[in-house]
Amino acid sequence: MTSAYDKPLPIPSNETLTKPFWEATKRKELLIPRCNTCSKLFFYPRELCIKCGSKDLGWQKSSGLGKIYSYTRVRQAVHPSFQSENGHAYTIVQLSEGVKLPANIVGISPDDVKIDMDVIATFEDVTPEVTLVQFKPL
Amino acid sequence: MSLRGRAAIVGIGEVPTRRIHEGRTMIGLCAEAAHMAIKDAGLRKEDINGLVTDGTTPPPGLAEYLGIQPNFATGVTMQGASGATATMVATAAINGGICNTVLVVMGNARSDRPDPGKGPSAPSVRSEWEEPYGMAPGANTGYGLIYKRHMHEYGTTEEQLAKMAADQRFNALENENAVFNGQPISKEDVLNSRYINEPIKLLESVMPCDGAAALIITTPERAKTLTNKPAYVLGVGLKQGEANIWQRERFTETPAVESVRRALEMSGYSPNDIEFAEFYDCYTILAAMCIEDAGLVKKGEIGPFYEATDTTYKGEFPINTDGGQLSGGQPGLAGGFRHVIEGARQIMGKAGPRQVPKNDLCLVNG
Repeated sequence: MTSAYDKPLPIPSNETLTKPFWEATKRKELLIPRCNTCSKLFFYPRELCIKCGSKDLGWQKSSGLGKIYSYTRVRQAVHPSFQSENGHAYTIVQLSEGVKLPANIVGISPDDVKIDMDVIATFEDVTPEVTLVQFKPL
Repeated sequence: MSLRGRAAIVGIGEVPTRRIHEGRTMIGLCAEAAHMAIKDAGLRKEDINGLVTDGTTPPPGLAEYLGIQPNFATGVTMQGASGATATMVATAAINGGICNTVLVVMGNARSDRPDPGKGPSAPSVRSEWEEPYGMAPGANTGYGLIYKRHMHEYGTTEEQLAKMAADQRFNALENENAVFNGQPISKEDVLNSRYINEPIKLLESVMPCDGAAALIITTPERAKTLTNKPAYVLGVGLKQGEANIWQRERFTETPAVESVRRALEMSGYSPNDIEFAEFYDCYTILAAMCIEDAGLVKKGEIGPFYEATDTTYKGEFPINTDGGQLSGGQPGLAGGFRHVIEGARQIMGKAGPRQVPKNDLCLVNG
């Protein structure tokens, strides 16, 4: 038995809206909201297109490729489960499709995280119901 | 129509910023600051016919508490920018003919409401997309991301921004209302303070406090009948940016590019004319970027600017002359309001031992 996951789980503000996203992560797919009217890609998911206001929205499967746009090494975390002596890199990744999203960089020490580093999405099954998107160096 | 010179701040009041004001409420502190400002203006509370708050203290309740019945009342919910925005709204209301003498007031009493930094947040963008990745308290995470990116793009160093925090603390030593009055620090102290989230150190981020501030703003005609030297509003500008920092196209550019451009255009002045400045400083990096975006310093050169420039009230270009929020403290949304209050105080010549010698033209960024 592994110990129970004690970090904060995603709490959606609109469960209906983002259900496809969270179902896709379980299949190890990263989906980006896409407007069927004007083709705009954006993130986070919204009920209307950020560019044209259309409600005709779909999802595009991301390549999962991106670069580290910026990061901050959190030493004093709000949630106690994230508190560690070494800290962790809270990171914003810019996908090759252009949108940005928050994540952690896994598989390397926070010492080695650098802006502009090439990364690829990886999927972390944190509970039977929830799979988080993370990134690792390419 | 321009608002240039069409309103003047004629009275200010400030309840000292302290870690906590035991036994006090937000509304009580606001009412106290309000009475101080009304008295400073040489007015009676019956003269007040407009009320603007930061929205966390709803105007109907505060008006009732004060025993006033203004003809204009509204709450501005613009987070840290509430103070500057409220002053703009008051200026506009006066010039729309709705009222002529407005009380702008905001404050904070931490024991009076839950600490926003603790506990699970309500379902939001933050709770779904950010908190699962381990955030630092308050707004620290976003400003840490910005700081790192600014270092990456422009070579800005932590030492350069530590100088900003040290200069502001020097100013706070002459401000009895500042929470860190009497506690000098050096640039090295800032650099040696612990990381909350790199590159943000404890002494580069604001401390939540209790306190309140108020101002009275009126028509130029009425201002001329009062005893205080008025602080005229010569230009205003606002630009709304993204609420969540990671939603920005570029992390190192702020909406101050546009808001300051608009304010200066209305005023007829250029950045070179500005004699001293009060800049919103929840973190060193935000004030740093806004000073660049205001055109006071070339983009990306804030680091060398601080290395070379004494920005204390004694220096060649004074910034955050009351200590700013970093050394003055952040009493909720009245934290951002302190920049308006201090700008007016200096213009009015009421800054006492920290009075800047050239006090005719101030740029305030809320």
